[in-house]
Amino acid sequence: MSADMERRRFVQLLSASGLAIVASPLGIRRYIDAESARATAAEPFSPHVYVTLQDDGTITIVCHRSEMGQGVRTTLPMIIADEMEADWSRCRVEQAVGDEKKYGSQNTDGSSSVRLSLAKCRQAGATVRALLEDAAAKQWGVSSTEVHARQHQVIHQRTGRALAFGALVATARTLPLPDAARVRPKTKAERRWQGKRMPSVDLVPMTTGTAVYGADVRLPGMRTAVIARPPVWGGKVKSFDASAALKVPGVEKVIHIPEPPIPAGFNALGGVAVVATNTWAAMKGRDALAIVWDNGPNADYESSAYKATLEAAVRKPGTAGRVVGDAERALAGATKRLEREYYIPHLSHAQLEPVAAVARVANGKVDVWAPTQSPQDARNTIAKFLGVDDTTVTVNVTLLGGAFGRKSKPDFICEAAFLSREVGAPVRVQWTREDDLRNSYYHTVAAHRLEAGIDASGSISAWRHRVAYPPIDATFDGTVTSAGPDDLTNGASDIPFAIPNMSVEICPAKAHTRIGWYRSVNAIHHGFAIGSFVDELAIATGKDSARFLLDLLGPDRSTDLSKEGLVAPASNYGGTWADYPMDIARARHVVEIAMQRSGWETPLPNGSGRGIAMHRSFLSYVAVVIEATVAADGTVTVPRATVAVDAGYIANPDRARSQMEGAVIMAMSNTLYSEISFKDGQVVQSNFPTYPVTRMRAAPHIVDVHLVETEAPPGGIGEPGVPPSGAALCNAIHAATKVRVRQLPVGKQLAGWRTRAAD
Amino acid sequence: MISLSVNGARRTFDGDPATPLLWFLRDDLELTGTKYGCGVGSCGACTVHLDGRAVRACQTRMSDLDGRAVTTIEGLHPKGDHRLQVAWRDIDVPQCGYCQSGQIMKAAELLRNTPHPTDQQIDTAMNGNICRCGTYPRIRAAIKAAAEKGS
Repeated sequence: MSADMERRRFVQLLSASGLAIVASPLGIRRYIDAESARATAAEPFSPHVYVTLQDDGTITIVCHRSEMGQGVRTTLPMIIADEMEADWSRCRVEQAVGDEKKYGSQNTDGSSSVRLSLAKCRQAGATVRALLEDAAAKQWGVSSTEVHARQHQVIHQRTGRALAFGALVATARTLPLPDAARVRPKTKAERRWQGKRMPSVDLVPMTTGTAVYGADVRLPGMRTAVIARPPVWGGKVKSFDASAALKVPGVEKVIHIPEPPIPAGFNALGGVAVVATNTWAAMKGRDALAIVWDNGPNADYESSAYKATLEAAVRKPGTAGRVVGDAERALAGATKRLEREYYIPHLSHAQLEPVAAVARVANGKVDVWAPTQSPQDARNTIAKFLGVDDTTVTVNVTLLGGAFGRKSKPDFICEAAFLSREVGAPVRVQWTREDDLRNSYYHTVAAHRLEAGIDASGSISAWRHRVAYPPIDATFDGTVTSAGPDDLTNGASDIPFAIPNMSVEICPAKAHTRIGWYRSVNAIHHGFAIGSFVDELAIATGKDSARFLLDLLGPDRSTDLSKEGLVAPASNYGGTWADYPMDIARARHVVEIAMQRSGWETPLPNGSGRGIAMHRSFLSYVAVVIEATVAADGTVTVPRATVAVDAGYIANPDRARSQMEGAVIMAMSNTLYSEISFKDGQVVQSNFPTYPVTRMRAAPHIVDVHLVETEAPPGGIGEPGVPPSGAALCNAIHAATKVRVRQLPVGKQLAGWRTRAAD
Repeated sequence: MISLSVNGARRTFDGDPATPLLWFLRDDLELTGTKYGCGVGSCGACTVHLDGRAVRACQTRMSDLDGRAVTTIEGLHPKGDHRLQVAWRDIDVPQCGYCQSGQIMKAAELLRNTPHPTDQQIDTAMNGNICRCGTYPRIRAAIKAAAEKGS
């Protein structure tokens, strides 16, 4: 069967059978159906926590990570099925509930799912394959070495006899698991699907409206709540009048959710909840609330003043994040110096599904259904918030309608659990888009100052980089008043450049709002500032930007940066420096590929330009060339983007490509349009008209993604495409217009560029 | 009492006439394929067809719907095999998938009116539908693939 036919057949079968998440033809979804179905099924055989076999040959594979568009529900089960030699069309994917003890870490962040699960999934599949081979050997009375599994059967080579997997279940139950020493994951040549395109298992539900996201869960007797939360971080309800809200038809109750003291970490923010029979009534009810707020200690947070505070901070020495040689002295002795400052504002994820969750607290149990990236954090936080034992809390993970880090935080799930307990009925909490933008966990706001010393030959002899931004830690610990060395090893201190004198310094920045993970995290602003500054240095030294970047990487070498000046703990995305050294050959390779595939040296018309940047983050090396066209009114479009990626071994290349396509487009949003700003402690923006993101008209027509084929340990895929894309875009804008953007978003900064003097 | 057709079935509504169609579909009919994304007609996630025209369900009041016909993603094709749905699957368009109901409903209107759209016509028609995952290049490709197949 051709790969395409196999794939089509698979999609048809999915379409016929439905998936692990129950969806009836009427579009009525009740997880309760799934629960009772589970209870009445015949006793399944689970030789591994991820794998269940049934006598009819059906295989259920657990996905323990959350699906938010990266394809994890396809990729991880596919690895297991491949190793098992299962027939993929007879495998169904079941989403794990939150259970750390059973499944290991389920926290779907840090671009870590394949990175941390590849070996585990291969071992799991290979173990079950060996067990089924043992079962067949026993049934035939032959040695296990004489048999092999092949596409849902075990075959006895000598006699040509075959037994289907389903027919082996009864015997397999009676056997011990094969010795680890006997379990052998497949060689590269034996792999059937790993490393090849495998379409998403959720394609049919996602294209027919039957996929179930957090906002789509419906339980009998369920109420919907919409909540007025403190508009300022740390604010509290002083008093409120619910009488008008309670007159709205459909509104049943108005409940005060207590505001925990800040920093409240993962906890709900508190506020006033309107509980109603339907969403519209809950929204109207909230509009009718009269609330007097005590805005608390952050009522003066104002973004332009804070920008000035950050800029003042980076103009003074900070604490060390990395020290190589003596940057101070080398700067003083340089033939020429270049000093530049960059600023990037707060951002909000604006994932298209505003957070929503359903909870049912009844009979001493808490059941929640939520689009969460981290079901274990949800479980622990809910247990603490309600004061119950975490074993009484079950977190069911739905599909995530976008996440980008927002759904790592379970505050919204706590709200639903609290309200369900208060109301005595299942409650669905629905955030509006305005809530989503105004009460988020924001990407930090950052100022950067970069200084370089250039020697007589045009080489860079000194590099000083000072950063100031409030860190995520401040959301959990009120004593934190600056970023730490661990924040910098997200692409600021762990840079690949061969510069003899370097000082990367952290300057103070106190948080005045909730700071949280946002796709690529600090690598966004690190990548923008460093990638822009490298381009400015190339221009200052009269060199081609790509050639200059290659020169800056220096000779090929593979290094442990913890021995090259990184301040402890010198973290490396949770990996060791031995497994994941800084490998300059890989960095160079992706730059060269991006140059070659983008036609780097071919000329473009006036008003168009190419920019390049390379960034290592999440243990992957990504070089991006953006081709930008800037209209006379300053409107930017990107006809073409070239992305060269060395992310180690890639299990599902098409999903890796789609992540890179998305990364370029998200970087365009971050760079060109989006900004969260504060006035009187409150977010100024409210919805997409004031928080613009990339739309079709500006989106690239071609995103040419080149994936380096390698068996090296896997790095991340979801995040590392974003950081170099923003800088490459600003560098392309400069190439097109001679206007250098040092403050994001680009917004209207390019209006009238044709008549402006170059800078 | 408002009486309307939804995916060919007669439905009635006697609640607040200002209720947006979006919440009638999602809360009353449990047709949750139509998504809430912004509530202000800015993202397109709630796109449905009203008497054959693509509209935003969040901006369409129940009071305007008496005697009218609504089609949602669940009713676009009896087997979910509209040529756009097939093209979407062939090209693996969705990432998180949340916006794709709205994208497909908008694209279906485009192809009905403009069987062979240019890139510019696609960009203009689809500019109101946000995909935060960034599947735009694949959406363009899938619309073109579906257009080539014809109806």
